Amino acid sequence: MRELTLDDIDDLALGATLLGTGGGGDPYVGKLLVSQAIADHGPARVVTADELPEDGLVLTTAIIGAPTVILEKIPAGTEFRSGIQALAAYLGEDPVALMPIEVGGVNTLVPIATAVEMGLPVVDADGMRRAFPQIEMTVFTLHDLPAGPLSIADEKGNMCVFEANTNQIAESLARAAVIQLGLADAISCYPMKVADVRRAGIAGSMSYCTEVGKRLAHVKLGADGAWEELLDYTDAAHVFSGKVIDIDRRTTEGFARGTVVLEHLDDPSRTMRVEIQNENLVAFEDGDAVVTVPDLLCLLDYESADPITTEGLAYGQRLNVLAMPCAPEWHRDGMLDLVGPRAFGYDIDYVDFRERVR
Amino acid sequence: MKDLRLGVDVGGTNTDAVVVDGEGRIVVETKTATTPEPIDGIVDAITTVIDQVEDTSRLGKAMLGTTHPTNAIIRRRDLDRVGVLRLAAPSSLGVRPSANWPDDLRDLVIGRSQIIEGGFEYDGTPIASLDEDAVRRFAGDCAGDVSALAVSCAFSPACTDHELRAAEIIEAECGRDLPVSLSHTVGSLGLLERENATILNASLLTVARRVVNGFRDTLANLGLDVESFLTQNDGTLMTVEEADRYPVLTVGSGPTNSMRGACALAGLTDALVIDVGGTSADIGILVNGFPRESTAAVEVGGVRTNFRMPDLISVGLGGGTIVRHDSEADGGGVTVGPDSVGYRVISDAMCMGGPTLTLSDVSLAVGRLDGFGDPSLLSGVQNEICQAAIAWVDERIGVLGERMKASSTPLPLMAVGGGAHLVPTELAGFSEVVWPPHHSVANAFGAAIAEAAGSIDKVYSYDATSREDCLRSAREEATDAAIRAGANAGEVRITSVVEIPMTYVPGGGCRVIVKAVGPLAA
Repeated sequence: MRELTLDDIDDLALGATLLGTGGGGDPYVGKLLVSQAIADHGPARVVTADELPEDGLVLTTAIIGAPTVILEKIPAGTEFRSGIQALAAYLGEDPVALMPIEVGGVNTLVPIATAVEMGLPVVDADGMRRAFPQIEMTVFTLHDLPAGPLSIADEKGNMCVFEANTNQIAESLARAAVIQLGLADAISCYPMKVADVRRAGIAGSMSYCTEVGKRLAHVKLGADGAWEELLDYTDAAHVFSGKVIDIDRRTTEGFARGTVVLEHLDDPSRTMRVEIQNENLVAFEDGDAVVTVPDLLCLLDYESADPITTEGLAYGQRLNVLAMPCAPEWHRDGMLDLVGPRAFGYDIDYVDFRERVR
Repeated sequence: MKDLRLGVDVGGTNTDAVVVDGEGRIVVETKTATTPEPIDGIVDAITTVIDQVEDTSRLGKAMLGTTHPTNAIIRRRDLDRVGVLRLAAPSSLGVRPSANWPDDLRDLVIGRSQIIEGGFEYDGTPIASLDEDAVRRFAGDCAGDVSALAVSCAFSPACTDHELRAAEIIEAECGRDLPVSLSHTVGSLGLLERENATILNASLLTVARRVVNGFRDTLANLGLDVESFLTQNDGTLMTVEEADRYPVLTVGSGPTNSMRGACALAGLTDALVIDVGGTSADIGILVNGFPRESTAAVEVGGVRTNFRMPDLISVGLGGGTIVRHDSEADGGGVTVGPDSVGYRVISDAMCMGGPTLTLSDVSLAVGRLDGFGDPSLLSGVQNEICQAAIAWVDERIGVLGERMKASSTPLPLMAVGGGAHLVPTELAGFSEVVWPPHHSVANAFGAAIAEAAGSIDKVYSYDATSREDCLRSAREEATDAAIRAGANAGEVRITSVVEIPMTYVPGGGCRVIVKAVGPLAA
């Protein structure tokens, strides 16, 4: 068990912005939620799954809704607690710990705030170690762990608990409920035993995120060797440095789809095209795929090293493009069907970016 | 004929004033030192230029750009104590007002704060009915305890009802002596950032009143019958009456005025501007006459707001930047900066008899600078060192400019500021390098030529109404707002349309931000 300090929260939030790969919701509001929870209730406790009883129940919590709505409708905190309590009541069992479902974006932070308020520890594990737009896109699905029963709750006391016979149906039912409940709600899904977390979860993802954030903070401060240290720790590759020369954004079926074209800073004959659906998913250089989902495709400001979100992209921005391998736990049967390029509608094969980067 | 305009800009170091005629030509200019009590410098500058205007009845408008409010926040001086009321419960309780503020500023400014029931969902339905009793109680508790109130409300940019009703209740309870700042009047979407801006606004009301009254009194004492305005962070104007109520909107007007002024002096609307000072250079870009805005969240005095500020890159390159050489090292070993002797360049630079080799010395040695120092004092400096240092300068400016441009099309580069002599006459990627006339008073000129603007920031449903109709309606609303702000109806133009599709929102929800700008009606 270790206690999370407010300094850790800064690093965790910065790491979560990078692992959000352009989406996942702004961790800033999550950081404020955690800071207030710690100020009111004391420090957060983080544990590994090995420290918990193997038959104990672990519940997740996350914000579900629309990032632009969450900017106006800040969470109350109560929605997360009541969603968890509703699911625990349905299951007839109280959780021994909470867990993030998505370490990447705002949902990295939310379970910490809720756990502090409920006096529970947070498990240092998750189901993505990056951000993805849909509930079923987790390593748990690859292990046949069901997303249901799951709960959706708002801040006014409205809530529902439901079963779903596939994780894809869980996604569509949850999305329908959220539209009726103000588009800024709490979801608790993938209830599981500690044994399942040990077997199927991505262990250490919160620590990983904190370490990534710490290294990125050094890069932002301009520390010597900080870039190399970040690339080395994440096994990442610097793919491209370019200037945004074209952005095309549209929303279809609820997703912010977009295409960004970068022109190389030193060699204008080289261009990179990044395809976006909430998150940055695929990068092509001169027509050839060089980075593909589920590997992480991160855009950082060339000068400040700030991770750039999909909403924050602008014409003329100067960006560094980084590719980071996804968590090794993803590499199982079914990965490409669930989260490979074709799962997002791109008719290309998954490529290992380390073989493609010039 | 009221064809003359007075422009005044109060910066950290200098207070400038210009009088501009109907053709946009500078008739008179002055540059004075900014005074500890800035209004003294304003009076000096205005008096100096007005004394040189033969027929002062020709003056029709006066514009002031000032750092007063910014400095009040940064220096934590003269700020009013504020009560903060947020209408959003039961949502938003997880993050209280003034979360993440610097402690010293919070202790100084925040009197009391409360989140009560009220506010709206994304589709305009209430989160809860406004708790009018709670507004009344809060107003009563605040009376005598704070100087002003800030009221924020979920989705108030789209639906102003609860904020307006709360203001009515507060006025009924406390009278007009307790001013109220409403969040929808000072900020756009983003509750926490808008609330922060609203609190800062409320805390600046006394500072604003002093500036506005000082400016008005100065003009009146000189017998000038003029309409008076302040410039905003986006380079457009508000009337002094508005400035009195929305002072926070002036934050950051300095760099904007400088860039707009420089370009207008050169007769350009699309160009890069490099402002080279003693220690650093800032480079930015104007598109259609306005600075491109930064997408990053802007902090003012440590407080996160959602103001749009000019996108600038700063680099340690200025007239006082120190040049070193290590004859043992490969290639001459010349290094430049990043440290600088700053304003001491007038005593420390070698050409002024000082001990330090600076970029001003280098500029003099290679023939870019004249009329500063004594070139003979540089006889001991090797030409190779100067050539290496100036090559570094040219490369840095070229790289920065290239990064700031939005396309490979060559654009003009404007060079302004005390260190502008360092900028080369030709630079790859730029059509020309221009040192605009009167560039030392570019800020005041930028204020004098500022225009009136209106904007809207709303969420539309493209499924309910076609995208074309939504955009048309947004453009009309922005245009009307610009005309209300004083723009000449026939000359309003749309300067930006931003569409941000809303992820996961049904009905083709899209946030649309439109800005319209036009010259002031005569």
